[in-house]
Amino acid sequence: MIEIENLTKSFGPIAAVRGIDLRVAKGEVLGFLGPNGAGKSTTMKIIAGYLSPTTGRVRIAGHDVESDLQAAQRVLGYLPEGAPAYGDMTPRQFLKFIAAVRGYSGTEAKDRAALAAQRAELEPVLEQPIDTLSKGFKRRVGLAQAILHDPPVLVMDEPTDGLDPNQKHSVRKLIREMAAEKAIIISTHLLEEVDAICSRAVIIDRGRIVADGTPAELLARSRFHNAVTLTLPATQAASAKAKLATHREVLSIEDGSEHRGLVTLTAFPRNATILIDDVSALATEEKWDVKELYAEPGRLDEVFRSLTTSDSERVRALKEGVAA
Amino acid sequence: MKSVCPIFKREFASYFATPLAYVFIVIFLFAMGAFTFYIGRFYEMGVASLEVFFGYHVWLYLFLVPAIGMRLWAEERKSGTIELLLTLPIPIWASVLGKFLAAWAFTGVALALTFPIWLTVNYLGDPDNGVIVASYVGSFLMAGAYLAISAAVSATTSNQVIAFVVSVVICFLFTISGAPLVIDFFKAWAPIALVDTVASFSFMTHFQAIGRGVIDLRDLVYFGSLIALFLGINVVLVDMKKAG
Repeated sequence: MIEIENLTKSFGPIAAVRGIDLRVAKGEVLGFLGPNGAGKSTTMKIIAGYLSPTTGRVRIAGHDVESDLQAAQRVLGYLPEGAPAYGDMTPRQFLKFIAAVRGYSGTEAKDRAALAAQRAELEPVLEQPIDTLSKGFKRRVGLAQAILHDPPVLVMDEPTDGLDPNQKHSVRKLIREMAAEKAIIISTHLLEEVDAICSRAVIIDRGRIVADGTPAELLARSRFHNAVTLTLPATQAASAKAKLATHREVLSIEDGSEHRGLVTLTAFPRNATILIDDVSALATEEKWDVKELYAEPGRLDEVFRSLTTSDSERVRALKEGVAA
Repeated sequence: MKSVCPIFKREFASYFATPLAYVFIVIFLFAMGAFTFYIGRFYEMGVASLEVFFGYHVWLYLFLVPAIGMRLWAEERKSGTIELLLTLPIPIWASVLGKFLAAWAFTGVALALTFPIWLTVNYLGDPDNGVIVASYVGSFLMAGAYLAISAAVSATTSNQVIAFVVSVVICFLFTISGAPLVIDFFKAWAPIALVDTVASFSFMTHFQAIGRGVIDLRDLVYFGSLIALFLGINVVLVDMKKAG
């Protein structure tokens, strides 16, 4: 449904997007990850037709964004960063305006607006000016606007940013409900969100895709993948550590600091072998007083950090790039 | 054309959603009265004509119309709603036209509310109502021209104050290009043809021509093409921002 080919975008000497290729099919929820300034929002703005690409092309449901913009925008629901809306209008007026712009009239416009408001749980605030709404409601007004015409393609820039955990939960529920019959891209820097709703995650850094896979595949890249963490009394820690180190599949062991007489050890496997069975057997055999024992699925934040650059590094690199 | 309508409605309603419309209308009417009766000495003249009244429109519009036009695009840019507007499936020209027509209709409302002065001259004397109608038409067209300029300037910035000041300056140049201040400067050295061309760009020249009660096609074409030109520039300016 969404096809992006060799997309680049430069603002003067600064290259914000440097060659992105991406295809998103119906039924996919793609999580767009990356540090601030990596090019997430720029890419989404180009998909929505707000910015023109420097090179490359974008097609939405077969419509080229450059040559057939309006057709592409008709099948697209877009939530811009920060969910802008006309503050002097009430959500009801605003949604009716969106319905009218999208070509609905009469009862259909009314029904569409009402349904979108209901799905985004806006009913309690329908008659309040948007300017007076809380951040959570404002974000949901933007969401309602994006889904009003039930678009086959949905692009949302940080849909859960600034929401409290309950609001996040309801927005995620809504996205999950729509996932089956739409192609959806959401950007986020909440890694938990990828686990919660995305069927696929793409990490971009400095305008390039550095990872693309299911959340499980990304987790498998973590050095914590299949590692075993166990907590046991400090008195047994040294011997347990020595014993674990003799296991041929254990690559290394890290230990945390002592807390209330307990120590946490993490054993990292060679080649992502599953260690948990062996470690658990060993613990029984050696009669360690294990308080906690679990296999790590991997840590997304660690994968994220290893693949992306911090903003200070990035600014430095950019300046060098400009100078060169 | 269908997409112009919702834009127009939203924009027009937004004037009345805030105190802006009421403040503007009150100031407009008050200033009109003050100029006409005190500075223009409407009663002392003892003539049943609205020539004095219309004579001040040029100068009032110079400041008040940019005040209406400055927010058209600058505010959208500031609040980020421009991203929403430009990603809805409507062509840019429809947004430009819808916004312009809404603001123009609003100035039309303010202008229409000056009707008591028309009633007054008709009560006091026997004015030429044809001339008055023509002058109202001319005044409305002139407001449209000022507005088209202000809207185009507004599209270049997210700062409303800058939009206002720049609009006033450009409108001022268009206003006085027929006045002796400018014409004398050209007369000294330029050929008559050039002097006439510069003079023909003046709002005042065309407005006064209409104010004599003759709606000449040339004056209509002048204001119409000026509005079209600046709306075209407006479309280009909004579109240009897409390049980043």
